[in-house]
Amino acid sequence: MEEFVYDSVYLSSDDFREGRVLFEMWEPNARYAWDAGVAISRYLQGLKAAKLIGRSCPDCSRVLVPPRMFCESCFYPTDKWVTLRDTGTVLTFSRCYITWDLIQLEEPQMPAVIEIDGASSGMGIMHMLGEVDPEALAIGMRVRAVWKPPDERSGSITDIAYFRPLEE
Amino acid sequence: MSLLHRIERADDALNWHGDMPTKGRYTAGIAGERFFREIKERGQFLATVCLDCDITYMPPRLYCEECFSQLEEWAEVGSWGHVHTFTVVHRDLDNEPLSEPRILAFVTLDDTDGGLVHYLAEIEPEDVYLGMRVEAVLKAEDERQGSITDIEYFRPM
Amino acid sequence: MTGDRVAVVGAGMTKFVRRAQETPKELSWEAAHLALQSCEMTIDDVDAVVIGTAPDAFDGVHMKSEYLSDGCGGWGKPLIRGYVGGGTGVFAAIQGWYHVASGLFDTVLVVCEEKMSSCQPHPQAAFLTIFDHTTERPLKPNLLWIFALEMNAYMNRYGLSKRDIATVSVKNKRNAADHPAALLGDPDITVEDVLNSPVLAWPVQRLDVSPVTDGAVALVMSANHVARRVTDRPVWVEGVGWNLDTAYWTNRDLSYPVYVEEAARMAYDMAGISEPRQQIHIAEPYDPFDYKELHHLEGLMLFDRGEAPRAAADGITQRDGDLPVCPSGGLLGVGNPIAAAGLMKVAEIFWQLRGEAGARQVPGNPKRGLAQAWGDLMQVGTVVVMGV
Repeated sequence: MEEFVYDSVYLSSDDFREGRVLFEMWEPNARYAWDAGVAISRYLQGLKAAKLIGRSCPDCSRVLVPPRMFCESCFYPTDKWVTLRDTGTVLTFSRCYITWDLIQLEEPQMPAVIEIDGASSGMGIMHMLGEVDPEALAIGMRVRAVWKPPDERSGSITDIAYFRPLEE
Repeated sequence: MSLLHRIERADDALNWHGDMPTKGRYTAGIAGERFFREIKERGQFLATVCLDCDITYMPPRLYCEECFSQLEEWAEVGSWGHVHTFTVVHRDLDNEPLSEPRILAFVTLDDTDGGLVHYLAEIEPEDVYLGMRVEAVLKAEDERQGSITDIEYFRPM
Repeated sequence: MTGDRVAVVGAGMTKFVRRAQETPKELSWEAAHLALQSCEMTIDDVDAVVIGTAPDAFDGVHMKSEYLSDGCGGWGKPLIRGYVGGGTGVFAAIQGWYHVASGLFDTVLVVCEEKMSSCQPHPQAAFLTIFDHTTERPLKPNLLWIFALEMNAYMNRYGLSKRDIATVSVKNKRNAADHPAALLGDPDITVEDVLNSPVLAWPVQRLDVSPVTDGAVALVMSANHVARRVTDRPVWVEGVGWNLDTAYWTNRDLSYPVYVEEAARMAYDMAGISEPRQQIHIAEPYDPFDYKELHHLEGLMLFDRGEAPRAAADGITQRDGDLPVCPSGGLLGVGNPIAAAGLMKVAEIFWQLRGEAGARQVPGNPKRGLAQAWGDLMQVGTVVVMGV
């Protein structure tokens, strides 16, 4: 099959830096205003009031978070807002030492999927962990939301600063 | 979703602002590299030719779009031709009015089956017509970068 | 099997490189041109074109398949683009199959292309948009998170260590040393090299991850009567399957890819496969990260849940093992130009089943193989089963 592999031209970063190859740069002005929609608008308003809000499906009885106006399993409209607790269980976590644009971090970010108490089993949201030794993280760890003060909450997922271990 | 779930207060409808922080870096490519280097270094336009299909590609391609074979025949062609079609642009990409309208044309180059999209200048918009003979005005050699903007514009011949 | 019998009759590809000088169109042409040459066909023999390519934002060209069309041989022909994220490469072969199986076309050219080096400062700038814009992106996520979170869930469920998983990266990068198109082949890499590479997002380390890559791959797919005329070694498409899980990825059990299982069941049913572990001789599961190969082998029901790492450690998935897995070198070794990487896997099965894989050839005249890809929001499985 070797004869059916084309010998494409490989460039090094220096070929660009030192102008050995012709190229154009272009930065699209790609800015968006995404509608939060019915369910997520309510979710954001709940966050502003320091509440996590889910939505339940009358057909399969699942309590869904993030909330949605239809159950993607039953394909049926959901019909109730449910106030959840702000505690939960770590389903999985990471310690991340690099940002998306490849900047190294000394202290790791600790993203996690957290199953929220009051929602159905396995219903997690992505958020950050804090006030915990990165090496002490464990799946199954119980955590509680740390809310920003009311005057700093704006109706955003970041109204929860992070989740920290729960002393029970 | 039923009407019961309708958002009734405008304040309840939230939106979220964000971006996609990408920048494109586009190589000129195999055929494009040779095309733009020739303009930069010699002020010469080049086309590729498919002898089988009798097509002269401008801008030049690496391959014939019709028979799909590799094009290895390069031909020097003139930097002049005629206006195939044109438009007069009054606003920029942000919808702001331009201080002077600009004429954008597709110029078919002589002895080729293609051409270039570029600006027309040294003429008033109302005097442009389809079929008008035009020629490329290149930047001075030391200002040329190997880019489509090495051609400043086309002007009437 | 539904519809007319369809065979892969030709394949070609570009070298996979970190930064190609070619434009995306030129890359597509290089692969498509060689695929046609490999079966002594011309563009006039092609009735329709299928293009697979992942987000427009990688190449920085909106309407990318329209832009690519002439380089893919699509001028003046019916043309379609399929797009299911990372699953696109194998899905393009599925689309090629149903274009022919439907009876609409005799011969279809399938071309997958990706030029990720165009996307600056890093393709992550485009990948970021897979996270929900309102409920996730304000947390300033990083694409690696989603893999790290899934990998940790998988390791935790079955008590796996990093060492259990690093063997996959070693195997694939070593296999790739024999692939003439490979970007990251390394015959001498060791498990220690993987375990000592920088931690990016624990448990993901540098050498657990496939590289950003430019490249293109093309296949020629023909109906029975054409295939028998153009080659004495057609490789038949015996089964195809694809399936999507919920887009709410934080609501899923990340330790098991149920959507891959559903896609595999669809493909196995079509191919009449009841015992995949006996009936599949060679597999090219999607391996953008080393743990994904294991995850997918389990989803494909080729190993019990949690058992793929032990099989890998026992050498079963080596090229000379009982079930050779990613003999090409996979995405970890050959490279990962997203859609093109998936189609590379289909091309590898084609070459292996024809006995044309050269130094990579698995022993024992394999008769049936599968290629699988995965993508979208970690939610799609695409599977093609082929045989001779």
